Amino acid sequence: MPDIAILDGAWGTELQARGLAAGECPDEWNLSHPDEVTAVAAAYAAAGSQIILTNTFRSNRIALAGHNGRAAEFNAAGVAHSLRGANGRAKVFASVGPCGKVLAAGEVTEDEVREAFEEQVSALAAAGAQGIVIETMSEIAEAVIAVGAARKTGLPVVASMAFDSGRKKDRTMTGATPEQAAVQLTDAGADIIGANCGCGIELYIGICARLHTATAKPIWIKANAGLPELTNSGTRYHMGAQEFAGHAKALREAGASYVGGCCGTNPEFIRALCAALKG
Amino acid sequence: MPDLNRLYEAILNGDAKASAAVTREALDAGTQPMDLVNGYMVPAMDEVGKRFECEEYFVPELLLSGRAMKASMELLRPLLAQQGVESAGKVVIGTVKGDLHDIGKNLVACMLEGGGFEVIDLGADVAPDVFVATVRAKNAKLVALSALLTVTMNSMKTTIQAFHNAGMREQVKVMVGGAPVTQQFADEIGADGFCENASAAVALARRLAAA
Repeated sequence: MPDIAILDGAWGTELQARGLAAGECPDEWNLSHPDEVTAVAAAYAAAGSQIILTNTFRSNRIALAGHNGRAAEFNAAGVAHSLRGANGRAKVFASVGPCGKVLAAGEVTEDEVREAFEEQVSALAAAGAQGIVIETMSEIAEAVIAVGAARKTGLPVVASMAFDSGRKKDRTMTGATPEQAAVQLTDAGADIIGANCGCGIELYIGICARLHTATAKPIWIKANAGLPELTNSGTRYHMGAQEFAGHAKALREAGASYVGGCCGTNPEFIRALCAALKG
Repeated sequence: MPDLNRLYEAILNGDAKASAAVTREALDAGTQPMDLVNGYMVPAMDEVGKRFECEEYFVPELLLSGRAMKASMELLRPLLAQQGVESAGKVVIGTVKGDLHDIGKNLVACMLEGGGFEVIDLGADVAPDVFVATVRAKNAKLVALSALLTVTMNSMKTTIQAFHNAGMREQVKVMVGGAPVTQQFADEIGADGFCENASAAVALARRLAAA
């Protein structure tokens, strides 16, 4: 069995626990609340994450439409906070999320998407990121453009899609299968292929196996803590840290080399993952 | 007379240029607008919906077909209005306050336009009072609210509350949708309708408009 690296968990909910209001742009906190952002990074590093991400998921100029011209600042600050929080205990891979528009439907051009990602990844690399994580992607074409931009930094590149659509919840929103994603992202030059977010860790075991079969690259999985449950105050994820970590062994058997969490997870989940996979 | 099956194909394939071109040719040749709508355009969108249900089509295909439908409808709408054919109804649509995601909302707007509704799209991050003011100004009977984030779903509740506060809740039907939204949530916040996807939104809007 290959060695496995432990990643971090969710950031948005951790920032909310520190006062981020619902609907507020989390990336803006890199400038307005540096200590809180750093605290999230530190909490994951302390919990045993070997790679932590950055609070830069939305920091491309298309997704940041309301914060014109500030993408580079958000990215640089986000990397600095994660490096400070990690304090040498974990590597810092920078998060790059989708632009929020559909290429196939002509909502944005390839050039616009490329420029946005090039601007973002060069700011992340300049600030000292040790890898780039292109994540929660729905459209392979967009992920491929992001991988191309990220490769120019010379840093390791993770390309991770969100599989949450279709009857079996094994397609991305735009209909891509794990096989299509794995093959095309490998061809695009990603160093690690992954899946994140989606419909719960149980369903990601099968997705992981399919990615692993379709590519020789290592597999990265950051799944949600089960399916969300509705309460009067919104949604919550019912799965506890121990149950989540229990599924993680099956992920390793399905070929995952990097395992962390997405929505509904927190540092407690990372401690449980460490105990289950490293203990 | 042009081959009108090309209109059906153009919409099914999401080719807006072709659907507009065939529509123009057909009108020039004297075809009645309603014959185009009922004979080719609605059946094409029905087929798009079926393909979406059986996972042949996904979001990009829906967006493109919706746009092709819209391109034809834009040519037909003035003629239909002249003939006294009214739109299926006015819908005010937007992504609720705090949420910037608009892919799903755009898709539903496109499908509703294709379904013959007059759509007033307020964009994303729309405050409750903007929904209320627009419904009042446009005398719309339908409101469609979208949210992608679990943390912004509660803005749907505050938007519905704003209609109550304005004394207008009885005059509008509110439909809600988006990735985290469920029928249970829709019921809890007092919405009039919920559907799983954009392709089902047209049927829901028609049902609410007729109620």
